Amino acid sequence: MKKVFASGNMAVAEGAITAGLKFYAGYPITPSSEIFEYLAEKLSKLGGIVIQMEDEIASINAIIGASWAGVKAMTATSGPGFSLMAEGIGLAVITEAPIVVVNVMRAGPSTGVPTKTSQSDVLQARWLSHGDYIVPCYAPWNVQEAYDLTIKAFNTAELVRNPVVVLTDQVIAHMWESLTIYEPGEVEIINRKLPPPGPTAYPYKPDDDLVPPMPIFGRGHKVIVESLIHDERGFYAPRTEDYRELVKRLTLKVLRRLDYIYEQETKFCEDAEVLLVSYGSTARTVNVIAKELRKKGIKAGFLRLKTLWPLDENKIRRSSKAKKVIVVENNLGKIYMDMDRIFKDREVYSAPVLSLELPTPQEVMEAVEVWL
Amino acid sequence: MAVVVKPQIHPLDKYLRTERLPTIYCPGCGIGIALGAFMRAIDRRVNEGTLDLNKVIWVTGIGCTARSVFYPWVDGAHVLHGRAIAFAMGAVLANPELLAIVVGGDGDIAGIGGNHLIHAARRNADMIVVMITNFVYAMTGGQVAPTTPIGVRTTTTPHGNPEYPMNAVKLVASLNANYVARASVTTPHYIEQYFYKALGMRGFRFIEVVSTCPEIYGRHIGLRDPLEMFLELKKRVKYKPRPSIEEAEIDWEKGIVIGEFIERNNPSLLDILFKGVSK
Repeated sequence: MKKVFASGNMAVAEGAITAGLKFYAGYPITPSSEIFEYLAEKLSKLGGIVIQMEDEIASINAIIGASWAGVKAMTATSGPGFSLMAEGIGLAVITEAPIVVVNVMRAGPSTGVPTKTSQSDVLQARWLSHGDYIVPCYAPWNVQEAYDLTIKAFNTAELVRNPVVVLTDQVIAHMWESLTIYEPGEVEIINRKLPPPGPTAYPYKPDDDLVPPMPIFGRGHKVIVESLIHDERGFYAPRTEDYRELVKRLTLKVLRRLDYIYEQETKFCEDAEVLLVSYGSTARTVNVIAKELRKKGIKAGFLRLKTLWPLDENKIRRSSKAKKVIVVENNLGKIYMDMDRIFKDREVYSAPVLSLELPTPQEVMEAVEVWL
Repeated sequence: MAVVVKPQIHPLDKYLRTERLPTIYCPGCGIGIALGAFMRAIDRRVNEGTLDLNKVIWVTGIGCTARSVFYPWVDGAHVLHGRAIAFAMGAVLANPELLAIVVGGDGDIAGIGGNHLIHAARRNADMIVVMITNFVYAMTGGQVAPTTPIGVRTTTTPHGNPEYPMNAVKLVASLNANYVARASVTTPHYIEQYFYKALGMRGFRFIEVVSTCPEIYGRHIGLRDPLEMFLELKKRVKYKPRPSIEEAEIDWEKGIVIGEFIERNNPSLLDILFKGVSK
């Protein structure tokens, strides 16, 4: 264990190294590039490969290839590059390739403001690709958590053989704080299950946890990595029964691990009459406002989502008895839609603060006060 | 663990997933001829002890040719349209012991995947890329391809293709590839010879195989009969022993030049990345 002073982007890179990253492919894009540059300097010296591909499409496909070659692989990007990775996310889902994709959010749509922050991609991270699937998504709120949740993202990816998104933003990326880095053995690291050696006749046949052991290229398994809907042999299966079985399993294997995947933090919730819900960088300001409101005599609680997808709806519902729920986020109101559904018996309000900077306490207070 | 039992009738069956035969290919399609030639080259390498089939990955995108991944008895990946090269690059960089064979059609490799083709060749990335050219998007029903000659009527150019076609051999030769060759399904011995040679090389190896598609392309150009189309292609194919890259013509009127255009032994991407100590 050692303590360093680091930015959020550096913390993500360090978290990936701690988790066992061996292959990084990326394409430069603000404000994520420091992750790439930091790994290019450091991971290469640790025996890993870091390569700049011709675009983000190539980057995500390369890390899926690397994942199937048996290593932990990651890419990092921002909005425009993330959009280009849409089809690749789907490929990682259907081929059950554990990969981690970091999206450092910046203001959009389109080129937007490359150097400024946003939380507008929270639903894009969830439903980037076509088809039915679940892609877990983690949203750290400080430098330490950028490190911790990147490790968790790798663990989740390896546990359920699925792509996992780490969703930070320009504020977290470029913010410097103290960071505790763990040595091997000081933190849980999960590795994918492997099949016994020799040809694997049913490479997509799951164990009881619905996750099949992963045949790795080059070990004589004779596996076919198949992007078409396939049966347990990996053969194309354009039949409703096979389609249902595969797509349901791909979804259920993630949901079964909801206890492990879903994380949240609550503060002042026991007696709260108003619950403030937030996540990521914006939660930093909302945390302050919750305290401010308490000073003013308003019993405010604070719920911070660390996992943005999938959500543990029961846990969220049980986190507070507050009659009023106010969702504060740096977009026009996206996670609000989930909270409105989950807290359907309460008054739920959206308090968006659309800002290119970290929302200030004054801005958040004004947005919240409207609903008090 | 289930035991894998494969019936064997043909001597090359040991390299195939025979349980998936017959292939999906239409009567008269050239892809089967090319696959046969690849398997014979693989057989020679295996018998010589210069190829470990456990290290081979057969990577394809989407299209008729891409479905060739269904058949070889090696690790395979049937990935996204155009992205086979990017996928293969990640796999080989992550495990340099792997030998990546990327096989795709002209739409897959030169159309949607054109950017990856360019950059993999520029890097001299370690892989064999085989492009089977049938001048059309066949699996989707006969749309214009980047290789379709000007003037040809396709389903998306019903008034005639207004665009000039791409010469992929010239494109790849202009970059850093270690090997650039073209053969035709009318000359399967050259496909076998070039593929055999490519299997023993390092760096980026590109082989274009000109093929016949009587079912879709033949319909567009009035050569619906498989044999007739094969013979018409055969007439146009001109083998040259040491052709220059300027001679690399691929033109239905002027002729299709086959041969080995580029052959060199430049350090590959892996050689440079690992400073010659890889493997």
